[in-house]
Amino acid sequence: MSENILSLKNITKIYQAKNGETKALDNINLDVKKGEFVSIIGPSGCGKSTLLSIIAGLEERNTGEVYLDGEEIEGISSEIGYMLQKDGLLEWRTIYKNVILGLEIRGIKTKENEEYVNNLLKKYHLYEFKDKYPTQLSGGMRQRAALIRTLAIKPKILLLDEAFSALDYQTRIMVTKDVYSILRQEGITALIVTHDISESISLSDRVVVLSRRPAKIKNIHEIKFDMENRTPINCRERPEFSKYFDLLWKELDING
Amino acid sequence: MDNKNISEDRKKYLRKIRINKITVLITQIFVLIAFIILWEVLAEAKVINSFITSSPSRILDTFMNIKSNNLMMHLWVTAYETIIGFLAGTILGIIIAIIIWWSEFLSKVLEPFLVVLNSLPKTALGPIIIIWVGAGTPAIIVMAIAISLIVTVLDISNGFVNTDKEKIKMAKSFNATKWQLLTKIVIPSNISTFINTLKVNIGLSLVGVITGEFLVSKAGLGYLIVYGGQVFQLDLVMTSVIILGILAAIMYQSVVILEKIILREKK
Ligand SMILES: Nc1ncnc2c1ncn2[C@@H]1O[C@H](COP(=O)(O)OP(=O)(O)OP(=O)(O)O)[C@@H](O)[C@H]1O
Ligand SMILES: [Mg+2]
Repeated sequence: MSENILSLKNITKIYQAKNGETKALDNINLDVKKGEFVSIIGPSGCGKSTLLSIIAGLEERNTGEVYLDGEEIEGISSEIGYMLQKDGLLEWRTIYKNVILGLEIRGIKTKENEEYVNNLLKKYHLYEFKDKYPTQLSGGMRQRAALIRTLAIKPKILLLDEAFSALDYQTRIMVTKDVYSILRQEGITALIVTHDISESISLSDRVVVLSRRPAKIKNIHEIKFDMENRTPINCRERPEFSKYFDLLWKELDING
Repeated sequence: MDNKNISEDRKKYLRKIRINKITVLITQIFVLIAFIILWEVLAEAKVINSFITSSPSRILDTFMNIKSNNLMMHLWVTAYETIIGFLAGTILGIIIAIIIWWSEFLSKVLEPFLVVLNSLPKTALGPIIIIWVGAGTPAIIVMAIAISLIVTVLDISNGFVNTDKEKIKMAKSFNATKWQLLTKIVIPSNISTFINTLKVNIGLSLVGVITGEFLVSKAGLGYLIVYGGQVFQLDLVMTSVIILGILAAIMYQSVVILEKIILREKK
């Protein structure tokens, strides 16, 4: 249970541009356990997205290694799902055609996988909308569709980069709750970048606080609520919640 | 959304829109008819010299004699050259734009050349084209291609480059190949760019064809216009111009219809 599904070792990233170098990440080390939800917060522009892009294999790193299930990975791995701020749904495809895009691209559009996708659609209340187009869906439904598209390739770990920040407050709370329960049910590990302290506390088992650019790990906090059936909504009422909030707020503030 | 119970206000609003539309159309027809009548009356009354302005009745006569002056043949030649030039220019332009999108290096290398070629008046190439491919239909088609090609390349490349980065990133996270990015994301994202290019290219190909026909002077509406001008047959010139206008409108409308079909398919 406590084996590490993801390990980052000495990750450093320096962007090269015409007008100079930008060091974005400075020697990042992080272990994520199987099934764990870990949030990453830090000042704006510190390198959070860069870190996720490196794990997803979309960006090269200068030094360091990424291990998935104990094996070093290079480039894009089919075990890692990636969700961005915009849902990226293609408006010329139906919802069904959208959620199977990953299967199509990876060339694994088999009967079983399509059945799996259909089950996900049913389970998460999008099946009736499978022949609709993205513009006909609400923001929350679109984000759920984007999640199913990512889950269709059965990733072991999901990276979320401000995945909810484009939604209005109400929808966001609901989608966060949905995504939380979906990921928990499917037993997927999540690494979540957010600029919202409350969101990070409500979703995660641990919160990683990054320093200003170049990002270093400043601190890692265990988030524990003394309650059963914790959800991103009910934990907000616990006294520990505001305690954590103050703690994280101060830590970001001193930094920024 | 629910068609059955449309409110009174909605009905009023819809009626207002329809009335507005009809009024505009009627006025347009009226302006056109008034213009034709005025032209005819002034020509009859010899206020204007119908030898240099022609007149609606003389244009109609020319139309009636369509067989004797071979108008149909010339119309067909122009239409045929325009369609070939349009298709070739557009398809070639799209292929070049795809190659440029594919290779960043090539795109950097070609950029200054494209910019210079774009601002160069392509009609200046006319004499060179005629010497190279001979004075005939091929030269006219090459002219039409020369005029529409560079704009097509630039517009479509621009559309390709501006494809939503997040969608590209999303597809890349599934390990999409460059070909998959092109066919699944970039091209479908740019349907409206393609349609706009088609609309622009219809006009440009006609310009190229008419210019080519002026220079080559063998057949086509462009040739008729030049010929009619030289022998002071303004009836023929005017008739050719009007037919040209109708041809341009029909071709443009075909693109509009194509657009509607594509958009309907998407919905
Ligand atoms: N492709 C790039 N080339 C050069 N510099 C870059 C590139 N991408 C990001 N950077 C720089 O690296 C730094 C970290 O960027 P990153 O997007 O990772 O920050 P972030 O923490 O996600 O910011 P935000 O809170 O705004 O989302 C920034 O200073 C940014 O300007
Ligand atoms: Mg970011």
